[in-house]
Amino acid sequence: MRGSSGVVAISTWQWVVDNRAEILRLLVQHIQLTAIAVGIGFVISFPLAVLAYRHRALYPPITWITGLLYTIPGLALFVLLLPFTGLSITTAEVGLVSYTLLILIRNTVTGLRSVPEDVKEAARGMGYTSRQMLWRVELPLALPAIVAGIRIATVSTIGLVTVAALIGRGGLGQLILEGLNRLYNTEVLLGALLSVTLALVADGALLLGQRALTPWARERTYRTRGWMPPRKAGFPVG
Amino acid sequence: MISLERVSKVFPGTSRPAVSELSLEIARGETVVLVGPSGCGKTTTMRMINRLIEPSSGAILVDGKDVMRQDPVQLRRGIGYVIQSIGLLPHRTVAQNIATVPKLAGWDDQRIRRRVDELMDIFGLDREMMDRYPSELSGGQRQRVGVARALAADPPVMLMDEPFAAVDPIVRARLQDEFLDIQRRLRKTIVFVTHDIDEAIKMADRIAMLNVGGILEQYASPEEILREPANSFVQEFVGAERGLKRLALIKVAEIGVEEGPVVERSASTEEALAAMKRFGMDWVTVVEGGRLLGWVDRASLNGRASVGEVAPRRFSAYVTANSSLRQALDSIITSRTNVAVVADDGDRYLGVLTVERISKEIVS
Repeated sequence: MRGSSGVVAISTWQWVVDNRAEILRLLVQHIQLTAIAVGIGFVISFPLAVLAYRHRALYPPITWITGLLYTIPGLALFVLLLPFTGLSITTAEVGLVSYTLLILIRNTVTGLRSVPEDVKEAARGMGYTSRQMLWRVELPLALPAIVAGIRIATVSTIGLVTVAALIGRGGLGQLILEGLNRLYNTEVLLGALLSVTLALVADGALLLGQRALTPWARERTYRTRGWMPPRKAGFPVG
Repeated sequence: MISLERVSKVFPGTSRPAVSELSLEIARGETVVLVGPSGCGKTTTMRMINRLIEPSSGAILVDGKDVMRQDPVQLRRGIGYVIQSIGLLPHRTVAQNIATVPKLAGWDDQRIRRRVDELMDIFGLDREMMDRYPSELSGGQRQRVGVARALAADPPVMLMDEPFAAVDPIVRARLQDEFLDIQRRLRKTIVFVTHDIDEAIKMADRIAMLNVGGILEQYASPEEILREPANSFVQEFVGAERGLKRLALIKVAEIGVEEGPVVERSASTEEALAAMKRFGMDWVTVVEGGRLLGWVDRASLNGRASVGEVAPRRFSAYVTANSSLRQALDSIITSRTNVAVVADDGDRYLGVLTVERISKEIVS
């Protein structure tokens, strides 16, 4: 990166302008890493959630396993994966995806379970097959909770992606890491600021998307009943 | 149209059956109300007809075909279904909710739209409401949409589980009247479940009185159940005021009217007094060309030559041939003349009804 912490004359703004291409590249990379993680996480968790909803007995083992994955500290997981997948994007994504599963599954199941009994009873009585019931009644009504899960998963993944820089996979974490190495606060702050902003923007965009998709779910009638994971303690950043 | 043959249902984990050996014949176009205390298996019985619950033994035939030998999904699409909480799809608009079964059955869009329009009109729902969501409707509107939805694919059979229970008594009475009106035209075969004996009496062609455990205590017309309760259970469930409830079911036209004192407006005072004397009354009904004008009493005719010189007083209430005896009785006890004057819909005088005549009908 051009510019250095030693040159006081160069203003903070000038540093940002000089490095805008690199900053943009890292931001895009950050978004990509997040999107892939949440996307794959959703593809894996969706069928598992539907399965856990349809067969109640499967819910405890599924949440137990994904809950276990969720509790492994991020850095520890990367280190565990290194012998198998090296310093690759796979290592980063396996870790990131595994953190989204519990959140996505629990929210989807919560959403499906909160579909009112009388609505299901009436739908069954009118001759919906169980497949039609799932796709036309249960999933649309669970949508606010499902999106709530995606929002939580996205925001926490955006935070976690900064750790991916530790194994050389880029993202905004790289700004933080380099800034720390060079004792250049501007770079550290910029990395953190962009990461937080990205999280807020993504969260807002998803919320707007959900509102557009669920015009019937006005605050008063269908409040999103998302499940929030317990706070992760001792998360290692840098 | 629907026949239950020794149908029983024992739920797993319970020893006492919810329904035991119930046999019931329901004719085409008839409204049968299943009524009884909670635990009498009325809802279970109803839900076995569209296989939301499967009977443990016995057979249920709809239109001659055993329901257990049919695909449950196809069976249900051919049977209208309304539940107490209605269960409108919250994410579908009013129009989409009504169109549910036609859509499942694969009707083309234009036919669906015509049918939805038609039903909105039948149920007095403003077309502007078509694009609203259920959460934006009042309780009464929701119930109407629920019943309209059940009728959308024009099923010959309707199952209705306390469809009007979730609204206040005033709205409920109106919805009941509206539905009776619609049913008179459509002649669906209806199985209607309620715990409210008054609703049963009002809605039913026949009432199936069920006791706890799904035991059929009596299966008869409301009039017969009120007149001759089969046993003490039925008598107790029907409750007090059996006589009054029966009066509500009998129309004035069914018992005929009595003659009463009546004169034309052009009649002389002598003629009026003679009419009063004949019936032992001190008042006389005044008509003009057969049309009801009111009444005059003996005192007001004092010193007058003809009835026409006195302005007749209007009857505060009178009944028509279509009124119930209960309405007639109400009219009798609230009028100063102590009789109910009966006119036809065109205000033409028919005669009178007295308490004695009505009471004879109940006691006989």
